[in-house]
Amino acid sequence: MIEAKNVSKSFGEHLVLDNVSCRFEEGMCNLIIGQSGSGKTVLMKCLVGLFEIDKGNVEYDGRVFSKMSFDEMKVIRQEIGMMFQGGALFDSMNVEENIMFPLSMFTDQSLEEKLERANFCLSRVRLENVNKLFPAELSGGMKKRVAIARAIAMNPRYLFCDEPNSGLDPLTANVIDNLISEITQEYNITTVINTHDMNSVIEIGDKIAYVHKGKLWWEGNKDTILKSDNPELNEFVFATELTRKLK
Amino acid sequence: MLKGFLFHIGRYILLMRQVFKRPEKQSIYIRQIMVEIENLGLDSVGIVAFISTFMGAVLCIQMAFNIDTPFIPLYTIGFVTRQSVVLEFSPTIISLILAGKVGSRVASELGTMRVTEQIDAIEIIGINPATYLIFPKIIAAVLINPILIIMSMVMAIMGGWLAGIFTGLVPTSEYVYGIKAFFESYDIVYALIKTVVFAFLIVSISGYHGYYTKGGALEVGASSTKGVVHSSIAIIVFNLILTQLLLS
Repeated sequence: MIEAKNVSKSFGEHLVLDNVSCRFEEGMCNLIIGQSGSGKTVLMKCLVGLFEIDKGNVEYDGRVFSKMSFDEMKVIRQEIGMMFQGGALFDSMNVEENIMFPLSMFTDQSLEEKLERANFCLSRVRLENVNKLFPAELSGGMKKRVAIARAIAMNPRYLFCDEPNSGLDPLTANVIDNLISEITQEYNITTVINTHDMNSVIEIGDKIAYVHKGKLWWEGNKDTILKSDNPELNEFVFATELTRKLK
Repeated sequence: MLKGFLFHIGRYILLMRQVFKRPEKQSIYIRQIMVEIENLGLDSVGIVAFISTFMGAVLCIQMAFNIDTPFIPLYTIGFVTRQSVVLEFSPTIISLILAGKVGSRVASELGTMRVTEQIDAIEIIGINPATYLIFPKIIAAVLINPILIIMSMVMAIMGGWLAGIFTGLVPTSEYVYGIKAFFESYDIVYALIKTVVFAFLIVSISGYHGYYTKGGALEVGASSTKGVVHSSIAIIVFNLILTQLLLS
């Protein structure tokens, strides 16, 4: 479980996160949703320590992460897998080298063992015969899947996904969502997903936190979100003609 | 302006503290250093050889035209060419050229990695990105640049010799005598000390600008330009300081 307690973050005079508190449960897909510029990416980067928070705490199963030094954070970071919006695959490495990279840095596995693990992770995200391709040779959906494969290579306890299906067609987006959901349940990991895609919300939103103007505005799940009477949330959820008709 | 300058100096020093922290896994870093020696050093051999040869040739011809009196022996052409090349042209001018080639490469590589979140990805994995990305480049440049500069000296002296022969301005025997005349091995030591310092400045300053890039493609270009300009300025300033310290 990951817990944000009264987290605030400013950039200069601009307050981006204002006293946000929420819990992200184990074995669930925890979604952070909100409009562009609402502060959800900043919240995720505060959770993983890429941004230093001004006030409050971030705890990983009771371990106060936000107060740790860089070297102390390293221990928890080896338990974290993160999939970035653009994939953030290393351009100079091919697909299998990207996946083996964390294994090479933190384990004493032989090349054969690392290759076996890389191939397993690739099969887990349903990719085959792409081992020797470089990121520039992959499609958007493939990049995201390789990014997931790299994120799970070290058997993480915590998985973070920043906009996992942005820029993808609905079918591929659905595949990615289901993959993340399967992996979360299979390995009982705490998954935090940052999205503004309503299909993902309905598909895999075991727990949902709606961030609005830097504050935690609403919490619930995929069943309660459609019945909420929160006006700001409804404005976001039913922003399109299609969702209004469905309602 | 002073505040901005001090901010950058402070942040540069803090980055260097991060860069020289103990690496996570030494075998990986040794492999990275080898890769960077190829990227930053071996890929520069052609341009260094070409520029050095022509630089030596021009120096020889200019010397020959300036020494237009029978009271100065012809071997002076070889002597002055050697001294100019060893003391200044190879270590400083070639380092300035490498600042353009290597500096822009380092800054744009790190800048692109920053804006595409690859540096964040390295950090999330639990690796110190400053050490992983910049340390091998600095070590590689510090190891390979002296070799490039020695090669540059040899090529420049050869270029001068070829120019002397083809123009008929100085015979081989006089040129070779001049090259050997009044040789001080400390001149080479001085040139190599400068080279090592310049190599460190080029990679660390360009790396600093690339590492702290914010924005997109335009900012990557701006970081690359800043890396080249600032490392060139640093080379010029440290050239004066080192010359005063080492030759006075």
